Amino acid sequence: MTDLATSKRTAAPRIGEDTPRPDGVPKVAGTFAFSSDLHHDRMLWGGTLRSPHPSARIRSVDISAAVAVTGVHAVLTNEDVPGSLTYGLEHRDQPVLAADVVRYEGEPVAIVAADNPEALRMAIDAIAVDYEPLDPLVDPDLAERADPIHPDGNLVRRINLIHGDQDVSGEVQVEGTYEVGMQDQAFLGPESGMAVPAEDGGIDLYVATQWLHSDRDQVADCLGLDPARVRLTLSGVGGAFGAREDLSLHVHLCMLALHTRRPVKMVYSREESFHGHVHRHPARMWFRHHADRDGTIVRVESRLVLDGGAYASSSGAVIANATCFAAGPYRVPSAHIDGAVVRTNNPPCGAMRGFGAVQTCYAHEAQMDRLADALGMDPVELRLHNALAPGDELLTGQTITGTAPVAEVIRTCADHPSGASMAVDPMELPGGAGRTADPEHVVRGEAFALGFKNLLFSEGFDDFSEASCHLADGVATITSACAEVGQGFVTLAQQITCEVLGVDDVVLLPASTDGIGSAGSTSASRQTWMSGGAIQEACGQVRVQLLERLAAEHGVDADDLVVADGRVVSMAGGLEIDLVEATAEPIEASVVFRHAPTLPLDENGQGDAHVSFAFSAHRAIVDVDVELGLVKVVELTTSQDVGRVLNPLQTIGQLEGGAAQGVGLAVMEEVLVEGGRIRNASFTDYLVPTALDMPPVEIAALIEQAEPGAPFGAKGIGEPPSISSTAAVAAAIRNATGLDLPRVPVRPTDIVFPEGAA
Amino acid sequence: MTYSHVSPTYDVDKMLNGRQHGGVPVTIATSLEDACAALAAEPGSLVLAGGTDLMVEVNRGSRSVEDVVALNRIPELAGWHLTGDELRLGAGVTFAEICDPEIAALVPALAQAARTVGSPQIRNAATIGGNIATASPAGDSIPVLAALDAVLELRSAEASREVPVTEFITGVKATCLMPGELIEAVRVPVLDGPQEFCKVGPRNAMVISVASLALLVDRSARRIRVGLGSVSPMPLRATQAEDHVSGHLDWDNGVPPRLEVVREFAELVASSASPIDDHRGSAAYRRHAVRVLAQRSLTRVLNRVSSS
Amino acid sequence: MSTDPFVLEVNGQSHEVADAHPGESLLRVLRERLGLPGSKNACEEGECGSCTVLVDGQTVCSCLVLASTAAGRQITTIEGISGDDGLSHVQEAFVDAGAVQCGFCTPGLIVSIGSLLESDPDPSDLAVREAISGNLCRCTGYGRVLEAVHLAATRRGGST
Repeated sequence: MTDLATSKRTAAPRIGEDTPRPDGVPKVAGTFAFSSDLHHDRMLWGGTLRSPHPSARIRSVDISAAVAVTGVHAVLTNEDVPGSLTYGLEHRDQPVLAADVVRYEGEPVAIVAADNPEALRMAIDAIAVDYEPLDPLVDPDLAERADPIHPDGNLVRRINLIHGDQDVSGEVQVEGTYEVGMQDQAFLGPESGMAVPAEDGGIDLYVATQWLHSDRDQVADCLGLDPARVRLTLSGVGGAFGAREDLSLHVHLCMLALHTRRPVKMVYSREESFHGHVHRHPARMWFRHHADRDGTIVRVESRLVLDGGAYASSSGAVIANATCFAAGPYRVPSAHIDGAVVRTNNPPCGAMRGFGAVQTCYAHEAQMDRLADALGMDPVELRLHNALAPGDELLTGQTITGTAPVAEVIRTCADHPSGASMAVDPMELPGGAGRTADPEHVVRGEAFALGFKNLLFSEGFDDFSEASCHLADGVATITSACAEVGQGFVTLAQQITCEVLGVDDVVLLPASTDGIGSAGSTSASRQTWMSGGAIQEACGQVRVQLLERLAAEHGVDADDLVVADGRVVSMAGGLEIDLVEATAEPIEASVVFRHAPTLPLDENGQGDAHVSFAFSAHRAIVDVDVELGLVKVVELTTSQDVGRVLNPLQTIGQLEGGAAQGVGLAVMEEVLVEGGRIRNASFTDYLVPTALDMPPVEIAALIEQAEPGAPFGAKGIGEPPSISSTAAVAAAIRNATGLDLPRVPVRPTDIVFPEGAA
Repeated sequence: MTYSHVSPTYDVDKMLNGRQHGGVPVTIATSLEDACAALAAEPGSLVLAGGTDLMVEVNRGSRSVEDVVALNRIPELAGWHLTGDELRLGAGVTFAEICDPEIAALVPALAQAARTVGSPQIRNAATIGGNIATASPAGDSIPVLAALDAVLELRSAEASREVPVTEFITGVKATCLMPGELIEAVRVPVLDGPQEFCKVGPRNAMVISVASLALLVDRSARRIRVGLGSVSPMPLRATQAEDHVSGHLDWDNGVPPRLEVVREFAELVASSASPIDDHRGSAAYRRHAVRVLAQRSLTRVLNRVSSS
Repeated sequence: MSTDPFVLEVNGQSHEVADAHPGESLLRVLRERLGLPGSKNACEEGECGSCTVLVDGQTVCSCLVLASTAAGRQITTIEGISGDDGLSHVQEAFVDAGAVQCGFCTPGLIVSIGSLLESDPDPSDLAVREAISGNLCRCTGYGRVLEAVHLAATRRGGST
């Protein structure tokens, strides 16, 4: 453990300030160690042989030639898995290594450890697998009728949500069918890690992940080891966005390290990364909205089919979100939402920022625009007219008891003046550097979209985060297994600690499964609330202990004492103690923080399944070259319900970054899958927005209404920016072109040949 | 605030130990003669110019590396000079250099094409010779060079020869380059008249061309020249379209042609294309795109002709 | 097989590379042999810019440079950007402006932006966007990165 990065401050950071990231300096200096930077003197290189077929029976695997390659130390297959042969977040349905069948292109079949990457590559190539290719099941609409491709069947989960009076219908009805393509998280730092065999027969795994303890439990199970002997430590994470919630190379690395008794490092290539993690679910969605003439929504009907790919991952929770939030943040007294996620031989899908709400937001917002059109009503007014408010019921029958400043979010965003001017440089027109358009070829469009989703884990999941605080000699040491994936939790942990304890010095220990319980996943916009809450409470307990101790020592009332700026003072005066001195005798507290309990959904998809909700709106302005089908997003304006801003700079960063992923899904990002095969597993062909594609993001308002139960009233903020942004951009292109555009990403051909000519 | 982060330890001496291999000759040629000699000795060598295409394949493991001849330090391949109305670009001239105003003034369409090649980092390394030798249908310089009737100077230890770029590329990623031979230079005419290069891709920068078009006015020959990219396996001139529009322009007075002429021209350009469907775009879209680009770029140059 | 030994000049220091694999990129040699892992490997096909280094003062993707062909060139990596006297203006501005999230693209961006400011000390937004169009960032949406460039430009201007 070296490389203690220190960033010196002049004043203790506080909640609400632009505190700089404590890992900022090593990150800009290039000294921050990401999981792909791990090195050990005795290390071997690990690698994976993957199935070239989306569906095949494995007749045989012959490793003899691979074992014979000079420098190869291990070639392992399914037969070498020491414990459970399968793993998974919700269902343990995914083989560590394929046994007799492969169910998606890229499924791991064998793993190798070698002295160097060249020997590794040779050995992987030398493994002879005799496959009997099968016809892959690639159409999610056929999955439920097709022969099961997995013993667990082809339906992963169906939620048949029935809410309110089913016999109502509206005077005005609009109907539409929508589709969302498969998006990749495309984090920059590919999957990587290192496993080091321990003397106790256990294993130390250094890995980039979102949830150390869930990984630990699954890894231990597959290794047949007591979880106490499997220690995971978070290594530098190069982005996550959901793609690191599932295991990838974890068990493989440990198997190779335990087998060879050597440290083993593995780094996926970009191509392998596309095959090596779950994606955002492609969705096919049908909607019918019913409304009264005055614009009041009376009923929403919908059928959703999400393609879960070959294994379950978190599909069950994703379809729950898609279903529960299918109608958007509107009052909908009657609904029937049939949501299903099915198994196919396509690449497995699971968590990605927005988690099910992204897909349905794109569809429900298209429906709202259609409804406004059918009613002859202003689209923003229609949304305001139906906007959820505290005390309203969701589709699940749950009443919103926390904050829901939906109207404020709508108004501030819609009313915000636009700063967008007409482009003059061809580089700024659609087509960009290709100089394809002149201003007269461009049509401008503008539209508005609103979205929401749940924060934290839902449906009765025992969601908790553990943290401890140790205060000694004026230094607070915080232990939490919360995975910092770039979002800035390390900054907040420091701010929260300083705010509660009044200390100047905070040490945040590495996130690890050793010595602390789970912090839960860095997902569901939950860590500020959950691990932030745990740290706040642990520090709070330390503070109480400290003040009680000092009160007893000095014969004063503890209520009279305050801690601030490194000192404890009595408000009545007369007492002032330096915190370093006051904590010569250490004080410690550990807490397990839980949010208010939730309940499972019943057979009609009803129940108090969620804790809290966050809302966001985007207004998009786009320029479209209709003749070439090219789009330039000119400006995004957003308002978001944030509870409370803990760090303004990081808040802006989340809003801008999340919107960029939304823009990507709207206009360019799609994993192209044909016959179960990924056609564009590279950054050459999977396009993510460059700086020339991403517009400025105007933040119209951060709506601060303290959320009950949340630390300092702060809601999670990571996901909403990715939810309404895609819908807004797609709608703005519709506004510019007059086309239906029932699918994202909007491809040039969707604009040029809207009837599907090519 | 102290932030602990688990970090590896680096012991450089130990990292460099432990591999027993035979040597592989890498020739960093510092003269054209050196390069030709090295190539003559090992005609199967990997010839590296900027490396921006080949190294992608090497990194992926789809191209094995045995002998290597690196061309990026050969003075004769760097630099350019103008002789009369002819510009001679060394094969090692980078796309960043082609973006330079001095070259841009001579071959504006080539400079425009250069600016669409990858990213700044790629343009700093990628060379015009490399782009030609890679012979990708999507090579950004190819349509401009085809429209310019560029002539390539090829060189080997034994001989030199000249080949037009349209004959040099014989198919998708196939050329008439013989073993032991390399591209020494590219010669293009400096034309009198405005030029346009446009490229269609689904991203605003750093994108592989889905369709591209170069349109050059050659006043002295009273001809419009059109080269197309990403719509055929080989470099493509839209000669029928060129004939048609060149014959309909008012070269003396600059009176703009009827809209119908522009449309017919664009139609002929589109019909000269032989695009394919792939994951980057459909054949129908590519054909449509070059039609649109033809119409727009002709309009642009005519606007400039009539306003000058 | 390996290449014959060659010497790389990195951040002002000479490093002999004795046994590189024939196809080994400059990026791999920097990261795996010279103990300079600051340049990142996110795509190894020149699309993401995480591996950007300066070779003879120009930005290139080190993943696309065959290591042995860089012998004798002056190579500057992120580790050579922050000298003994601390962080560069660009590095400081990245921290202060909130341009760092996961940080994986950060070294490449800092090298690219440093190079931009050398040739264009006060770039327009459009110039910045074009200059960093070969540096993909997945976390920030580039907004804070642009802020950091302008902050660095201002501080540089003020310090000269």
